[in-house]
Amino acid sequence: MTRWDLGHYTPRKDSAIAPEVWEKLLRLEGRYPWRRGMLVPALMEVAQHHKWVSRRQMEELAEFCEVSPTEVMGVATFYTMIYTQPVGDYNIQVCRTLSCALCGAERLIEHLKEKLGIGEFETTPDGRFTLTPVECLAACCGAPVVQINQDYYENVTPEKLDEILASLPEKRTLNPKGEAR
Amino acid sequence: MAPKEVRVCSFGRHIEDYWKLSVYEQTKLCEDAEEGMVGYSAARKALTTMSPDEVIEEVKRSGLRGKGGAGFNTGLKWSFMPKDDGLEHFLVVNGDESEPGTANDREIMTWSPHLLLEGIIIASYAIRANTCYIYIRGEMFKQIRCMNRAIEEAYEKGYLGKNIFGTDFSLDVYVQTGAGAYICGEETALLSSLMGERGYPRPKPPFPAQKGAFDLPTTVNNVQTIATVPAIIALGADWHLSYGTEKSPGMRMFCVSGHVQRPGHYEFPFGITLRELIYDVCGGPPGGKKVKAVIPGGSSAPMIPGDATDNDLLDTPLTYEDCVTAGTLLGSGAVIVMDEDTDIVWAAHNLIRFYAHESCGKCTPCREGTPWMRMVLERILRGEGVSEDVKLLADIAEGIETKSFCALGDAAAWAMQGALRHFSHEFEEKIRRGKGAAKVFQASYASGLMSLYQPTLEPVRTHRDPRREAEQIAHPLARRMRAWYGGDEE
Repeated sequence: MTRWDLGHYTPRKDSAIAPEVWEKLLRLEGRYPWRRGMLVPALMEVAQHHKWVSRRQMEELAEFCEVSPTEVMGVATFYTMIYTQPVGDYNIQVCRTLSCALCGAERLIEHLKEKLGIGEFETTPDGRFTLTPVECLAACCGAPVVQINQDYYENVTPEKLDEILASLPEKRTLNPKGEAR
Repeated sequence: MAPKEVRVCSFGRHIEDYWKLSVYEQTKLCEDAEEGMVGYSAARKALTTMSPDEVIEEVKRSGLRGKGGAGFNTGLKWSFMPKDDGLEHFLVVNGDESEPGTANDREIMTWSPHLLLEGIIIASYAIRANTCYIYIRGEMFKQIRCMNRAIEEAYEKGYLGKNIFGTDFSLDVYVQTGAGAYICGEETALLSSLMGERGYPRPKPPFPAQKGAFDLPTTVNNVQTIATVPAIIALGADWHLSYGTEKSPGMRMFCVSGHVQRPGHYEFPFGITLRELIYDVCGGPPGGKKVKAVIPGGSSAPMIPGDATDNDLLDTPLTYEDCVTAGTLLGSGAVIVMDEDTDIVWAAHNLIRFYAHESCGKCTPCREGTPWMRMVLERILRGEGVSEDVKLLADIAEGIETKSFCALGDAAAWAMQGALRHFSHEFEEKIRRGKGAAKVFQASYASGLMSLYQPTLEPVRTHRDPRREAEQIAHPLARRMRAWYGGDEE
């Protein structure tokens, strides 16, 4: 499915990005008439696998996309899903925009703060949970909605949330395709 | 009696395994489809029996209007693409659904990915594009997987790739993921993001049809718009015109959320009234309550009052023209219902906080105006509002409207103006009651990420405070400044 031949990038030997991520990134080559087009999906892949994107990884992505590292940083800091500092194994993202707020999202956030003993945008000391209130997750019919890493949970109540948190595996797991679950 | 649904985009939702190519190929296209009008037959018909211009003409005649929000005639948009210019053309499908209240594209991509792909084949053929990017918002991992799986299946079967249906038309479809930015739903911002930049909107002109993705001619269409195209090609423009009203032909999905008993996606012809949709279809607010306010088209549309107020506008038919008459917009067809107990100031604050968070920061009115409105609203909610605040909010909203770069600023202004137009008495009441009204509001919750960067607005001092003034005068910096500018000291 390669449309444009713009050369191939060889990852550094001591790359800070995991080989399985590189496999996916190299598959993006040839999709766009400019190499720069790969930047946002590439940042997403790295952010999903490594939970966050470090400066060193940004530098490598800059080489990969043939832009300057500052540009990569500018792009990375624009998007809310690309974290530039470490987050917990499970990033609990509670939607708090109108539809969810009408159906009790505030209650969920208060419940989580109390249960986990952390504030908004904070991580528990054991590095397991991060609480992130987010704006609309576009699943308004199932309000209130909570997204934990990649999975959506709809019509969540504090009790249901307790059950969900208890059912999460000890460590964040990756499925066979290397996607964070 | 509940009105009857017309299922076109939402048809597949009610059929088992409709997302599989093998099922899609065997099932009729929508409820009205005749014998033999199965999946991918519309694309086959367009590619083998019609010229690109005939496809554009048919879609233009059907009056299909873009379902992302602006409601521009889709066929007309396609006809702006240059012909025989020898350049690469692109189709970009906008699946960056982030408008609060809207969750339609998500359903289509989950249940009927092949319907979307069939629409993409027809649209790409019409605008002479050989590459299509489906821009899906980053949070929707499930939908990204669904579309990728469908694309793989379609390639295997030869519906995508080289020489589709034995013609000389080739098409490659890629899924492009966003990374969490509401602004990327705006078409030029989406194109910036596609090109690997910050999602900033660009000035128009040049329009995307002249200079779009990678500086080449591009058409950006919403997922739902594209998913309606196969039915129009299969059943004809007249079929589409037989639904809806003269100016808003056809049907669209409405996503009802908030205080209703049966929230969900419902597809109806344009012209169904809000009352029918909220009460007959969705069962009204729980607990037999009445509706105080409704947002009929996603958060960008100004809210209108419901039957719990004196000025009941629930009989507004959901068409583009009637919504404008009622002082609102049909937008993305996302109906958010607020029952009689809802605090409108709190709701307005919620919406404005959203815009303040999502403002991309490119232009001044929006970047500065939306956090300012948020801070004034927070002040009112804390019980520290002053009587000038209602006018101040109206002034800021007016200062943003039409003066910002893209529609995000307008949307924030309209959301504010809608709340002020019909519910200004609630704002005044809250300000009058002061601290007594502030109980329901949790200050810790109100301050989101933005508060890390921005100071909270101090309450306005309406009278001179001699002690504070003395402090200011005595400040060492103030003394030095006065000395520098020729003051009396030092």
